[in-house]
Order: sequence, then structure tokens, then C-alpha cells
Amino acid sequence: MSDVKYSKEHEWIKLDGDIATIGITKHATEMLGDIVFAELPEKGSSVEKDGTAGVVESTKAASDVYTPVSGEVVDNNQAIVDDPSKINNDPEGDAWFFKLKIKDVKELDSLMNKDEYDKFAKESSQ
Amino acid sequence: MIKKTSLYNLHQKNGAKLVEFAGYHMPIQYKDGIIQEHKFTRSNCGIFDVSHMGQLFINGQENLTKDLENIFPVDLKNLNINQSKYSFLMNDNAGIHDDLIITKINDGYLIILNAACKDGDFKIIKEKLKNKYDLKLDDNLSLIAIQGPEAKIILNKCISGIDKLKFMNGGKFKFKNYEVFVTRSGYTGEDGFEVSIENKFAELFVEELLKLGAKLIGLGARDTLRLEAGLCLYGNDIDVDTTPIEANLKWAISKNRIDTNYPGSKIIKDQIQSGVNKIRVGIKPETRVIARGNTKIFNQDNKEIGKITSGTFGPSVDHSIAMGYVENNYANSNTKLFLEVRGKKIAANICNLPFYKKNYVKGEINV
Repeated sequence: MSDVKYSKEHEWIKLDGDIATIGITKHATEMLGDIVFAELPEKGSSVEKDGTAGVVESTKAASDVYTPVSGEVVDNNQAIVDDPSKINNDPEGDAWFFKLKIKDVKELDSLMNKDEYDKFAKESSQ
Repeated sequence: MIKKTSLYNLHQKNGAKLVEFAGYHMPIQYKDGIIQEHKFTRSNCGIFDVSHMGQLFINGQENLTKDLENIFPVDLKNLNINQSKYSFLMNDNAGIHDDLIITKINDGYLIILNAACKDGDFKIIKEKLKNKYDLKLDDNLSLIAIQGPEAKIILNKCISGIDKLKFMNGGKFKFKNYEVFVTRSGYTGEDGFEVSIENKFAELFVEELLKLGAKLIGLGARDTLRLEAGLCLYGNDIDVDTTPIEANLKWAISKNRIDTNYPGSKIIKDQIQSGVNKIRVGIKPETRVIARGNTKIFNQDNKEIGKITSGTFGPSVDHSIAMGYVENNYANSNTKLFLEVRGKKIAANICNLPFYKKNYVKGEINV
């Protein structure tokens, strides 16, 4: 059913043709608390699977954002930089982080589907 | 083993996220989250469980006053009964072992100590007093802070008469039939109170406050509130490697004590006369980037001139804020500096403390 995939670093990725939209999961935002700062990869830059592609900071701590696949950044969501609280409000919708023109669709194969991720998130937070 | 305060069950019931802090299970936040909790305290009334802090009672009369003046750089002779002062426990180099609040009470003194320092402080103070007095770090008492513009009204409904207290003054009052000791003080930049109450009544007391519309606030918001108010966190902004003068807390050294003896007194006097090499300042980054503790500070010529000691996002000032130490000649407000965050240099400016200042309407609070 769901065409959204999830990484162990708590990112979600949605593929539309060869363009992937990437953000962080609701579970991640609940772990982080109120997010007050977001830094995104620049348009035109290249990112490598499992590499750092941004930063989020809550009032408590800073966390790296990783990319679950490789590709070229074709867009980033300036709205969440201007108002990071949007990330807590709608992490898996309007508050996406960046869009990639992906390099290799096979990189998605190792990612989790929704059920697998929910189970993983539950176990990893215990 | 990690200790629990008397409100542990109540924290859990109210959805607290508990973390270990100074050997205790403490609430970092509740369901509303740090920003909402912070704003609620600024606009209404927050309840903080600070029972992990030490409540040290020392019994004694005039000799005790004299002996404590040999330990703390504060004028205790002229302190009224029930009056409190902010002070420090220092080593011989004027390095700060702890910052504390000392209150003169009927049969001696009550000293409120930081949780992580209290056992060490107890040993130091006991040794310096040479076993002449009865010292008790009282574990049977909880400490509850009630802070915010509505604190006076809400607390007065539970503990009648506290609205007459002046800032940094306290007294014995009654909650129902139980004796409590209340001071008008706090760590948020708001009007507020701290209530010392027997453990067995603490939960009932907080339940009453909750019914009256106050909300429980976690340590996360306590940190953002105190940082906006420009207040130091022991272990971050002050420690054994900083002196009160370097920490820009000269106001807390009583004037009539500058020429007298206490641990570190020579260095304090010298630093007051000759100045210091580094000094604590407020710093505002020009962007939303947060500069946390240990962030390096550079001048415009890329020379390292200091370090951040605390940094966060200030919900009420709606800005990234920080405190840190810089070389003395960079301490003037609006001096431009750069903070190295994740390898990038972020422009920032020295900013007067506090970042957030309440406009007290009635002029009864002398902050």
C-alpha cells in the first residue's frame, strides 16, 4: 500500500519518478522535542547514501539528518528553516526537508516499509 | 541507585519524560514540551520540582554568623532573620565550588545547594566549621518552586500570607495544618516562590496547585528560562576554574566583605582592583544557529578569544541566545564576534544580560 520507505536513522523517503522527497519521522520529532533550528543541504549539491545532509536542533540537543539514498539536491524546504516548529507539527507532510534526483533506485531496497519501521522505532526507543 | 523525589509518581502521572540528573530521576519535560512550558511560566504559573537540591540547616547563633563569614563572601551580620542572599562556596583560588542561597533563620541558617554539589559542599562546610555546629542536609524535605506572573495569586490560595513577602525574603507559613518555609525567589526571571515542605505533603501540595491552574514544568524549560534571565548554571557557566568576578557576579560579594578574609579573598580583592582577563558575557548569534557549551569564540581577525558555556533557543526572546567567557577587551555590548558551529563561522554580537527582563508593574520586586 504505502510507497513511503524508512531508514534506521529515522528519515522517511517518498519516491516520485526519479525524484525522492526526504524528511524525518514523527517518531524522530517526538524523541527530539521542540525543534528550533534546521539546516538543509544546498540545492545543486550531491549527497551520498547514509551521509550527513542536514542538522536539526531541539532546545535540548543537535542531531544530524542523514540521507537514506544518494543523489543531487534539487530542492530544499526553506519554510522549515524559517519556522522550524513546522517540523514538529507535520513532520511527514508539509515539513519535508529536501528533494533528490536519485542516483540508484536500488538503494531504496534496503530501507524499511511502514510496518517494519514502526516496529523498529518501538524497539529502539525502549 | 538513582534517587527519586517525593513527586516521582506525580511526574509519571503527568506524562513526564524522566532523565537522570545529578543522581535523581528528574522530569526534563512533560507532554506540552519545553517551549510551551517555558511560555506558560512567563505568562501564567509554573511548578518546578527542585527537591534534588540540597537544603542544609546549620544551627547556631552569633558565633555561627562569624564562622560562616569566614566561609562565604557575604555580609551575614546585617542580614535580617528570614532574609536571603546569593553567595558562593569558593576554594583558596576563588574558584567556585558551588553557588547557593543563604537564608538567616531563627536558630541558624538555611543554605540551598546545587544537587550535584551538595554532598561535596556538606563535607567542605562541616570541615571548615570544625564540628562546632549541628549540620543537617535534610532529605525529609522537598523543594517546590512556583514561578510566573500568577504565582503570587495561585500560591496565596494554598498558603495564605505569602503575597506579603518581599523579594529574597522568606518565612514560616501553613499549608493546611502543615508548616512550610517559603521564600520569594527563583531561577526564571519571573516573580516566584520556593516552598520547602515535608516530603509526605509535597504531592498533596502540588495537586492543589495543579487544580488552581498551575502546570508542572520540566528541567528543560527551567534551563531556557534561566538562560533568558542571564542566570548562571553551575557546572556550565561557573565552576572551580572561574571566579565570581570573572563570572560578572561581583554584585554578590558584599562591599563590607571585600577587605576581610574568606577562601579566595585575596584573589577576589585583586580582581576587583586590577580587573580580570576573561569575563562572562551574553552573546546573540545573528542567525537561528544554536551555539552550545564549548563552542569556540573568535574575533574579527579569526583569533580565538573565548568559549561559550551555555546556549539555547530563547522562546520568549524568539532568538538563539548564549553565554560565555571572552577576553576582557571584547566584553562591550555590540562587539562583533564569530562562533564556530559545525565548522562554520557564525556572526554574533555581545549582548547585555539579561536577554529577557520583566517589567514589574508594582515595583515590589527588586531584581
